[in-house]
Amino acid sequence: MTIEAPDLSLAALAPLLLVFGAACIGVLVEAFGPRDRRHPVQVAVALVGTLGGLVATLLLAGTREVTAGGALAVDGAGLFLQATIAALGALSILLFAERNLDPARSAFVVSAAVPAGSVRDRELLTVQRVQTEVYPLATFAIGGMMLFVTANDLLVMFVALEVLSLPLYLISGLARRRRLLSQEAAVKYFLLGSFASAFFLYGVALVYGATGSVRLSAVRESVAGEGGGTLAVLGLALLIVGLLFKASVAPFHTWTPDVYQGAPTPVTAFMAACTKVAAFGAILRLLYVAFGTEEWTWRPLVYGVAIVSMVVGAVLGLTQTDLKRMLAYSSVAHAGFLLTGVLGYPGSGDPAGSGLPAVMFYLLAYGLTTLGAFAVLTLVRSGDGEATHLSQWAGLAQRSPITAAVMSLFLLALAGIPLTSGFTGKFAVFRAAIEDGAWPLALVALLASAVAAFFYLRVIVLMYFSEPAADGPTVGVPGMPTTVVLAVTAAATLVLGIVPGAVLGLADQAAIFVG
Amino acid sequence: MSDSLLLVAMVAVPAVGAAVVAALPRERTALARQLALGVSLVVLVLAVLATLAFDPDGDRFQLTSSVPWIEGFGVDFALGVDGIALVMLLLVGVLVPVVVLASWEDQPPARRSMRTFFAWLLLLEACMVGVFAATDVFLFYVFFEAMLVPMYFIVGSYGGPRRQYAAVKFFLYSLVGGLVMLAAVIGLYVVSEAAGEGTFAFESLRQLDIDPAAQRLLFLGFFVAFAIKAPLVPLHTWLPDAGAEAPIGGSVLLVGVLDKVGTFGFLRYCLPLFPDASREFAPFVLVLAVAGILYAALLAMGQSDMKRLVSYTSIAHFGFIALGVFAFSTEAGTGAVLYMVNHGIATGLLFLVVGMLIARGGSRLVGDYGGVASAAPKLAGVFLVAGLASLALPGTNSFVSEFLVLIGSFPTRPVFTILATVGIILAAIYVLLLYQRTMHGPQRGVLFPAADEPAGDATAPSTGGHGATSSATATLTAPAPAPARATSRLRDLSRREMTVVAPLVALVIALGVYPQPLIRLIEPAVAATMSDVGADPAGTTATSEGTD
Repeated sequence: MTIEAPDLSLAALAPLLLVFGAACIGVLVEAFGPRDRRHPVQVAVALVGTLGGLVATLLLAGTREVTAGGALAVDGAGLFLQATIAALGALSILLFAERNLDPARSAFVVSAAVPAGSVRDRELLTVQRVQTEVYPLATFAIGGMMLFVTANDLLVMFVALEVLSLPLYLISGLARRRRLLSQEAAVKYFLLGSFASAFFLYGVALVYGATGSVRLSAVRESVAGEGGGTLAVLGLALLIVGLLFKASVAPFHTWTPDVYQGAPTPVTAFMAACTKVAAFGAILRLLYVAFGTEEWTWRPLVYGVAIVSMVVGAVLGLTQTDLKRMLAYSSVAHAGFLLTGVLGYPGSGDPAGSGLPAVMFYLLAYGLTTLGAFAVLTLVRSGDGEATHLSQWAGLAQRSPITAAVMSLFLLALAGIPLTSGFTGKFAVFRAAIEDGAWPLALVALLASAVAAFFYLRVIVLMYFSEPAADGPTVGVPGMPTTVVLAVTAAATLVLGIVPGAVLGLADQAAIFVG
Repeated sequence: MSDSLLLVAMVAVPAVGAAVVAALPRERTALARQLALGVSLVVLVLAVLATLAFDPDGDRFQLTSSVPWIEGFGVDFALGVDGIALVMLLLVGVLVPVVVLASWEDQPPARRSMRTFFAWLLLLEACMVGVFAATDVFLFYVFFEAMLVPMYFIVGSYGGPRRQYAAVKFFLYSLVGGLVMLAAVIGLYVVSEAAGEGTFAFESLRQLDIDPAAQRLLFLGFFVAFAIKAPLVPLHTWLPDAGAEAPIGGSVLLVGVLDKVGTFGFLRYCLPLFPDASREFAPFVLVLAVAGILYAALLAMGQSDMKRLVSYTSIAHFGFIALGVFAFSTEAGTGAVLYMVNHGIATGLLFLVVGMLIARGGSRLVGDYGGVASAAPKLAGVFLVAGLASLALPGTNSFVSEFLVLIGSFPTRPVFTILATVGIILAAIYVLLLYQRTMHGPQRGVLFPAADEPAGDATAPSTGGHGATSSATATLTAPAPAPARATSRLRDLSRREMTVVAPLVALVIALGVYPQPLIRLIEPAVAATMSDVGADPAGTTATSEGTD
């Protein structure tokens, strides 16, 4: 038996090659570069990789091909999501690179292997050395995510899932402050994530058993022909569970608040923005491409899970007193809103449904907004760490009007107030759902939005209408990287709210799956 | 379709003005308020120009302009006015400069600046113009929701002691209503898509033939939002809080204009778009309207806080407006629209005067005042005019509109109309009681601290009995002349304050005597709306369930 080399379209793979290439170079720099120059070099390599990936995806616009022996589908939707991930990833890298805010010049621990609380740890706490392993790790995760959304094969999808997850587990545990909390978050994320991966893998096995293939197109033909046996449906359910976990959809969200809270805030921002995009990209591809003909198998599941997620996110968000946890529950609620859009699937015959572009636009808008919101969290500090308790934010508008104004903008966008990107996104997904006849779901979503609006508003109330506490937090002056992130995300939040036409049009054109 | 930039300018000028005012340095309060006044006067001039350019017998929508906004959703930035929207724009144009002038010397709470207040005010004006001038349902929704943000900050940052609670309650009530409406807006689009081409343009949507079941749902979606905004009775509890806690300028605009968006919405969206559902739900709405008139009037009588009291009177008045709208006759509808304008003027004036009194005494409680008239006759005089306009005395502007509503509703809805008439009597009671307690009788309360010294001959204890706080300690003194020391805290209206109230007083009387120009503008638009709804009440019977 001879093994034939698969056909590879290097052009179509360029975005992935650039990002993975940058990650590999990062590893080499880590191994051979002199320590005192590593930080700028690593940041530069990671940025060149991600931005290069972004440019490459933009240049590829309009491509529709299946390559690498059918394992990858480079199509409109895949490229749009890849571009989104690359852009959000580059912004996250900038957040990682911020050196002005923490008195010790970095949000990451110098040496992760030193036990927390030991003498050595205390010595290292004030050392101004920085850790640079996070950059190649994050770049690998970004590459994994970009692979995830173009995977046309369940096994490639699984590999991508692991490539994106493993670095995330690691960098969640690298917080400089409150290290035990951070390490606990990492372990929790790792344990639960492994379960999710196992579910996914078992799902792959079952689907393979039922259909005889792991290729999405082959799966579709098989289930369409045989009407999808119990085995395939069971496999699909397991696959979805694995993906919903990554997308932090309730009831598979239990890791989200703990990990979001414990991880270093730039990492939280990265996970909240990019992982969500990647996970939803995979969900869309799996459901629309492989099981598009068998809508009845997943529609009730998605319908129910969407409701649970919106309600859980909105209601539990109300009870939170920590901003990072609050934003975590907000992320759960938004995952529910996104699933509402996923239901706007017109059926396999009609490619012009509004669900896919709506979800794609929502992912971009939500990613930028949530990234910006977490970036603001890194600014507000008390003592050595970040001040994330709600009460510490009282009267912030009087200490720093600009910080408060930018945060309010992000919160209003998350609440979905018109003229912000959040509203455009919500409108798009709800329209998709209502067009598909799922108006009861849209109604639940709207009520959940109203409930969620309450906890966003509460922060605004605190910042603007409360008197500042005597020993309140200080607002750090961000360096260049964080300033760029805030400017870009705030501008995008406004532009996507006021003149979203161009991007909506782009999403509409790109909303095509091949494979 | 002629493209007119007049309405675009009316949105853009205050929006740009808001940005400029917000960008001023913090200490330049004087410049900020001058700019705000200038900008709001420009909008008033534009509104007058729009009125002059408007032909009441011409097309339904005039001064139209439209540019594609979000093509992916089929949304246009389309503006245009009919007679109803035009008079609302005039009301906005008049009230905002008055409010700016009324807030001229307000001291901001600690560490806040009036500059920001004026910026929010101008932004609010831009949204208010937009919400009345939008002829695209999506655009209307955007302004409808965006309007909340400036008002939220005005209440929350510059309001009274319970401002946080009031601001959040206001925002959440409106947001819930707005989100339900959003579902209906999307639903409307989907219906239009099914019927051919998806659109949000009001004129195209009006010509759709929507099937009754869908109409019912969509009507309810819009209705809930507007009923919260207006507010109709079971959904009204946010208004007394917001109205009482907002700074006085905020209260004027909240009750005078923002809430009118609700009744405006009934007339503009609920009736023409969902005629069958409107007819079907009309009895139900009328029950709410009449219940509101009576219930809010009774509650108004029981209030000890003057601003809450005025807020409750407004809820009663909104009942009248809703009655006029859902009576489905051109006369009643015209009366309702006229009522919207007149109520804005009369209640705005009443809020302003009450605000001036509160600024002097520092207390919102009715019981803390007494005998103000003898020391501040101008204040009392304006108070009386505002009060009488509020209870719709003949000769004041509200009389015309209330009369039109009642006379127009009677032929179609006799039972509801008769019940509503009881509301007029209640209105007289709450207004006159408020006036009598605060303005007449012996001088006492917070403005006359020296009045506590006992005096020999007590006059008849005619009024003060219900005073909440100080009646127990306020001993009765001879009404006049008050000792100089006692009046030291009480100035009569200053020149600026006279300038604030003068235009509104003039309008109260002018529109009371000669409302014809406004009616001329309103009537054709209302007639068109009523023909949309097929104003024929024969199919529905008025029942007597309005007694609850």
